[in-house]
Amino acid sequence: MAAGNLLKMEDISMDFPGVKALDKVHFELNSGEVHMLMGENGAGKSTLMKILCGVHKKSSGNIYYKGEAVEIENVHKAQEMGINIIYQELNLIPYLSVAENIFVGRIPKKGIGIDWKSMYEQTQKILDDMQLELNPRTPVRKLSVAQQQMVEVAKAVSRKVDLLIMDEPTSSLTDKEIDGLFFIIDRLKKRGVGIIYISHRLEELLEIGDRATVLRDGQYIETFPLKKDMNLDVLIKAMIGRDLTEQYPKMEIPVGEELLRVENITTDKVKNCSFSVRSGEIVGFAGLMGAGRTELMRALTGADPRQSGDIYLRGKKIVIKTFQDAVKNKIGFLTEDRKGQGLVLVLDVKQNITLAALRKIIDKGVLSLKKEKAAARKMVDAIRIKTPGLSQKTVNLSGGNQQKVVLAKWLYAGCDVIIFDEPTRGIDVGAKVEIYKLMIEQARNGSAVIMVSSELPEVIGMSDRVVVMSNGVITGELSRADAAQDKIMKLAMGGNYR
Amino acid sequence: MKTNINQERDFKASEYFVVVGLIVLCIFLTIISKGVFLSGTNVTNVLLQTTINSIVAIGMTVVILTGGIDLSVGSIVGLTGIFSGMLFQKMGFADTLLNAILCIVGGICIGLACGCINGLLISKAKLPAFIATLGTMSIARGFALAITGGRPITSVPFLTKFIGNGQIGFIKMPIIIMIVAYAIAWWMLRHTRLGRNIYATGGNIESARLSGINVNKTLLATYTISGFTAALSGIIYIGRMATAQTTAGEGYEMDAIAAVVIGGASMTGGQGRILGTLIGALFITVIKNGLSLLNVNTHIQQIVTGLVIVFAVMSDTLRKQNN
Repeated sequence: MAAGNLLKMEDISMDFPGVKALDKVHFELNSGEVHMLMGENGAGKSTLMKILCGVHKKSSGNIYYKGEAVEIENVHKAQEMGINIIYQELNLIPYLSVAENIFVGRIPKKGIGIDWKSMYEQTQKILDDMQLELNPRTPVRKLSVAQQQMVEVAKAVSRKVDLLIMDEPTSSLTDKEIDGLFFIIDRLKKRGVGIIYISHRLEELLEIGDRATVLRDGQYIETFPLKKDMNLDVLIKAMIGRDLTEQYPKMEIPVGEELLRVENITTDKVKNCSFSVRSGEIVGFAGLMGAGRTELMRALTGADPRQSGDIYLRGKKIVIKTFQDAVKNKIGFLTEDRKGQGLVLVLDVKQNITLAALRKIIDKGVLSLKKEKAAARKMVDAIRIKTPGLSQKTVNLSGGNQQKVVLAKWLYAGCDVIIFDEPTRGIDVGAKVEIYKLMIEQARNGSAVIMVSSELPEVIGMSDRVVVMSNGVITGELSRADAAQDKIMKLAMGGNYR
Repeated sequence: MKTNINQERDFKASEYFVVVGLIVLCIFLTIISKGVFLSGTNVTNVLLQTTINSIVAIGMTVVILTGGIDLSVGSIVGLTGIFSGMLFQKMGFADTLLNAILCIVGGICIGLACGCINGLLISKAKLPAFIATLGTMSIARGFALAITGGRPITSVPFLTKFIGNGQIGFIKMPIIIMIVAYAIAWWMLRHTRLGRNIYATGGNIESARLSGINVNKTLLATYTISGFTAALSGIIYIGRMATAQTTAGEGYEMDAIAAVVIGGASMTGGQGRILGTLIGALFITVIKNGLSLLNVNTHIQQIVTGLVIVFAVMSDTLRKQNN
């Protein structure tokens, strides 16, 4: 089929309450083209695709599909038009067979029953066509992740498909499996299907992409034609090139001796991760979503089990099996989900502050409410928590103050290794600076601070050292002087492009 | 600070809500029964009738505070009584002090064991509380039936009778036990680490775990407490009846849940007070008692009780939403 314009999205804007997720974004796709959609976390890629498949309704803008102006009101409409999406998370039903999964929602019928014969035959034809060696009768749960991924593709192409969106389809595949996927993409291309491909992996870009469009902070930046020997630096610049408008109250603090060292931590999500943090130091952990940073922190604190790995505190090996062991060893962990995993929202400010160190307010076996009040008052004053009172339920506090309550909990427990996971997510700018100041205060008091953050400017602005992760492994470590956005980005994308 | 004061006041107002309801109900019943309701015998009667449910409800409160449920308490009441009675039978009904103590302690131990099993099933085997206790509910009742062949044991030790029917001064023993049990529960929930861990675990189990709280141990302790309070009620029950019956305690789990819920605790956990439960238990008895005084037939009593539960919780929920 000749390459013709399949899709044109013009001036697409999308407002979520309080946030402009997309601001006049353009996007074009030709038939038989693989168009890469690039951008950092939160750039608006997923939102744009969800508009295209009828999951979200755009606030304004025009969509032209096969030359006609269209409104995509719902998912059903999108499917009728031949627009299909394969999400990053698989959407298969584990106990049903390959055939049933492919035909789910439109299972062929004979009378009032299912026409099994026809369903299996049709499935076999689709699988043959894709050169997949799968039995249509196998339950999906017995397949490998890669095979399941292929079933997703089969499901998508078995429908009427003219436009296929793939959201990070290779994130869970091995190299060999990726080759198989690319083979199928190639066949689809030849059939004239337009493919929008979202990926964080630069090495894939040139291999299958025809063009790449970069979004940043909800805005359209540029569209690049891709050539086999091009330099990817321009693309990276386009993805990260925002101004550092936020203020980081970074201070030089003399770095002391090593407080925490972890060696070869391995779980099902991270592989052989080793790093160390010194007293007075802030170490930033950068990486893309799913790089394994949170998983590493959860494994080292005992929040999740780990397969192997040793942890040393002040040079001495310590045993951390459950999270209680981390608390005993004075390691505090401000989780990324402060409402779901940090605070007990129905308890009040003082009860949350003392939660990790109840033993400190117990007097001869009796929990002293007087001591609790005094302790909480001291913490509230020390880190400037704005609350109407100590008996205020934490559900009523602002995000910044909730985060401070969680910090107060760990400080009251006497923690001197403090892990902040996305400490400023969902917090307004003023409160962010407050959190930064508190992090620095902790470092100045001799604590070792670890900060996991998806905001590159934050990582660069606050860290003495930046550790970068990609796909569950640590791909590099940069000193403060060395930590430039493009260097971090390269490491975060696997670090191994040319 | 101004908001804070208002907050606290609102909180207390919500606490008094059920109390006010109870007082209004009592005044109404006193007037309509021409004073009979407030007579000494009737008041003692109401309190006595409340004891068994209200003591079972202590354990239920603690369980519901952790966000769980214990459906097995009624069966534990029955099994405790039967087991205690069986022990007495095996002793040839020799009514010595030592035998009496052994019978009581043995019964209580059975209750503790049942609660402990619930706790292990829920914390270690990760069964949903509803399913785990539904299972033990059936198992415990089955044991009570199996070991007696369904026949009642018609004699209990003197000490058990004293616990169920005796009195110190002018106060009946079960009422004393109830008051003491509530005092201990109140103190435990407010002034011990276990109490705080229970609230935290029910409020958000993941946050509690990631604050270094041993949530499994907390759950285990919680269900064991529930087993204990059910067993205590079981002993009081056979003491009052002077007979151990296999059917004792049937449906008590529902009365206990009703008391907890009327008392203002949240079924999702983390919120609620033990004194609220006591009021809730009294509320239920007063309604039943009042309807009896008014000669309402017992079948209708059930309907009214159900309506009151729904209405009490509904008005509480609506009021909270309006806040």
